[in-house]
Amino acid sequence: MHKEFLMGNAAIGRAAIAAGLNLIAGYPGTPSTEVLETVAKNNDGSLYVEWSVNEKAALETAAGAAYCGARTMVTMKQVGLNVASDPLMSLAYIGVKGGMIILVADDPGPISSQTEQDTRTFAAYSKLPCFDPSSVQEAYDMVEEAFALSEKYHTPVILRPTTRVCHGYASTDVKDKSEYTVNKPEGFVRDPSKWVIFPRLSYNAHINIEARNVKLGEELSDSGRNVVTPASDAVCRKGIASHGASFMYIKDALEGQQAPRLFKVSNPFPFPEKAALAFLDGLDEVLCIEELDPVIERGLTYICGKHNLNVTIRGKLTGDVKNAGENTCGSVAANIAAFMGTKAPAAANAETPPALPVRPPVLCAGCPHRASFFAVKEAMKGKKSVFCGDIGCYTLGNAMPLDMVDTCLCMGAGVNITQGIGRIEPDTACFAFVGDSTFFASAITGAVNAVYNQADMTLVILDNSTTAMTGHQPHPGTGRTMMGQVVDKVSIEAVLKGVGVRVVETVDPLDLKAAVECVKRVSAEKGVKAIIFRSPCAVLIKPGRPAVIDAGKCVNCKKCIKALGCPGIVTRGGKVAIENSLCTGCGLCSQVCPVGAISVKEDGEK
Amino acid sequence: MKTTNIMLCGVGGQGIVLTSKLIAAAAVERGIPVKSAETIGMAQKGGSVFSFLRLGEGAASPMFPEGSADILIGFEPAEAVRMFPYLKKGGAVIVNTHPIMPVTAALTGSDYDGTDMLGYLDRNAERVIKIDGDKAIEEIGSPKVLNMVMLGAAVSTGLLPFTLGEIEETMKATVKPQFVELNSKALRYVG
Repeated sequence: MHKEFLMGNAAIGRAAIAAGLNLIAGYPGTPSTEVLETVAKNNDGSLYVEWSVNEKAALETAAGAAYCGARTMVTMKQVGLNVASDPLMSLAYIGVKGGMIILVADDPGPISSQTEQDTRTFAAYSKLPCFDPSSVQEAYDMVEEAFALSEKYHTPVILRPTTRVCHGYASTDVKDKSEYTVNKPEGFVRDPSKWVIFPRLSYNAHINIEARNVKLGEELSDSGRNVVTPASDAVCRKGIASHGASFMYIKDALEGQQAPRLFKVSNPFPFPEKAALAFLDGLDEVLCIEELDPVIERGLTYICGKHNLNVTIRGKLTGDVKNAGENTCGSVAANIAAFMGTKAPAAANAETPPALPVRPPVLCAGCPHRASFFAVKEAMKGKKSVFCGDIGCYTLGNAMPLDMVDTCLCMGAGVNITQGIGRIEPDTACFAFVGDSTFFASAITGAVNAVYNQADMTLVILDNSTTAMTGHQPHPGTGRTMMGQVVDKVSIEAVLKGVGVRVVETVDPLDLKAAVECVKRVSAEKGVKAIIFRSPCAVLIKPGRPAVIDAGKCVNCKKCIKALGCPGIVTRGGKVAIENSLCTGCGLCSQVCPVGAISVKEDGEK
Repeated sequence: MKTTNIMLCGVGGQGIVLTSKLIAAAAVERGIPVKSAETIGMAQKGGSVFSFLRLGEGAASPMFPEGSADILIGFEPAEAVRMFPYLKKGGAVIVNTHPIMPVTAALTGSDYDGTDMLGYLDRNAERVIKIDGDKAIEEIGSPKVLNMVMLGAAVSTGLLPFTLGEIEETMKATVKPQFVELNSKALRYVG
């Protein structure tokens, strides 16, 4: 053992390697991404790492390896589990041979997600055991325990950290290389009665799962993870139950204070009923402080009913704890004060601050998506159009002044939503914008749907040759894998033509005139057509020289600012100016300026 | 030893996360337990960025409540004001006086220039150390060393559990040899 300062996700990745991981597959998604990246970075070549095309593919790949006896991990964010839920629900019945951890990162807030869904609830729905770490160290330690439990019961196990554990850093006790476990998979042993799902098998498996989960609830009650801490004052008849990051906020808030009895639920499913009964024994009132769903609150309420206990259970369902958003040290301290009847921490005695500038996230300076959106906006000016967006950096095309995202739902949805709008509003020019990584993940089927059902729409692929939003992961179109290989790129043009899209044009969005003409020409065609705007992510290329404004020519009309909203153009003393620290010299503004006052020069050009 | 709570804040791209890592590394080298939490992901793009750092035993969570930071290192005036509630009574503020205008301000023609923010800090904090970040990077000769200037000023308060010399050693181990001198100059710009 030795200490290292690690991010929670890095700790999980390192723990998986230490536990003899053989294969890891996943799809990038904040806050889960760094787990797989850590494994790839620390891979000595003995294990297999892939970014799969989406979460469903990742889970199925890992299932195959786990059937062979490999120790596997699948990584995704909470909404990724929705994509993987089809194989997940069935795999829960089939089970595994090698240990399998499904790492699902939840995002209370939400900070960078579409939903506040709770994977603890999904664990109950899929009947799979779930581990909920409260710290970086606990996340590290739980990985080995989860693998052991997975192999003991031949079931996938869910590990669900939240953002503050995933992206928190801490000095962590980690294993030395000499302490690592080595797992040698036995290989696939043919047995159709085991690996082929049929109604009869599912019926029997269901009986076994229910019996196992009762047994697991007992076992997890004694595992040392679902801990009851006595009150500091023996006569106190109140208790607080919590989990995850919130439990640590509680510990901090109670530092130096009279503490009630505490219950930390690290395995929300199967619920540790025996430990819960020990916690509830002799209490009058319990406050459940949770993030996302009231899982513990419902669990305790059920147990009180089942065992006829006269304990009042409070929490989200009773309005004592807020039912949406992230908990903070402050909100938890206030919850505790209200429950214990103590004085809430005094608010800071400062004057009200002046109005603060808002800093909504925006597309980076030089981002090619800005040019793509602007080209479509220019081309469709005055025409009845709808612009369906998707998940990625380009969702930020919704911000003023571009204002080019009319809908955004989930990965790959835009291409189908625009078809539905077109069915009801046939006089509308229907566009769907999708990034390259999202296209491969889940928009290809939508394109096939459009071709087959004779939709009239323009599919716009924003191809910046990376998965930018989550930190630049490779994907099928990049020609690089997480095993370090350089492979044939999957061509977006060939895919589209292959599924029957007749008009497919590729254009550089930073050539504004060509881009606008392309949009006009292509969108005027009937049926399903596609435009691929191809230009690399501005963060990945060496920036060019910043644009220069000719003060003699600039009439200060501010069209560049009002049309593009680029962080690289600012006003100083009322005059338009280039922010040299941000400008990448992409040249879009020079093509928008009505008086030709902005110029960009190539490197080496005078 | 008691826990030292540090709040770093500013705008995406100013090197806040890097600074936080350097402080953490310096603490780890000295065997001081460290916990930290920061903004990652969508909020990073041109948005407000913060990093909580806790040095010493006894901190359960990587975050701390309002009114408990020993030191607030603000890389931008408005961001320092935004996170000001986290400063404890008597805590110190290190603030870069150079404002960064949000894109929205350029669009709406707002005249935000940071002056009101600095005035607020002067009136409400007991100890404010102002750094003209623009002047500093011009004098040192690189826009990339703002974070080292801010860190040097923070260490000089004596509120962090290490000396300028010690943080310099940690810095040397993390930056490329050709940048050591530049970063040393930046660390010692204020102190």
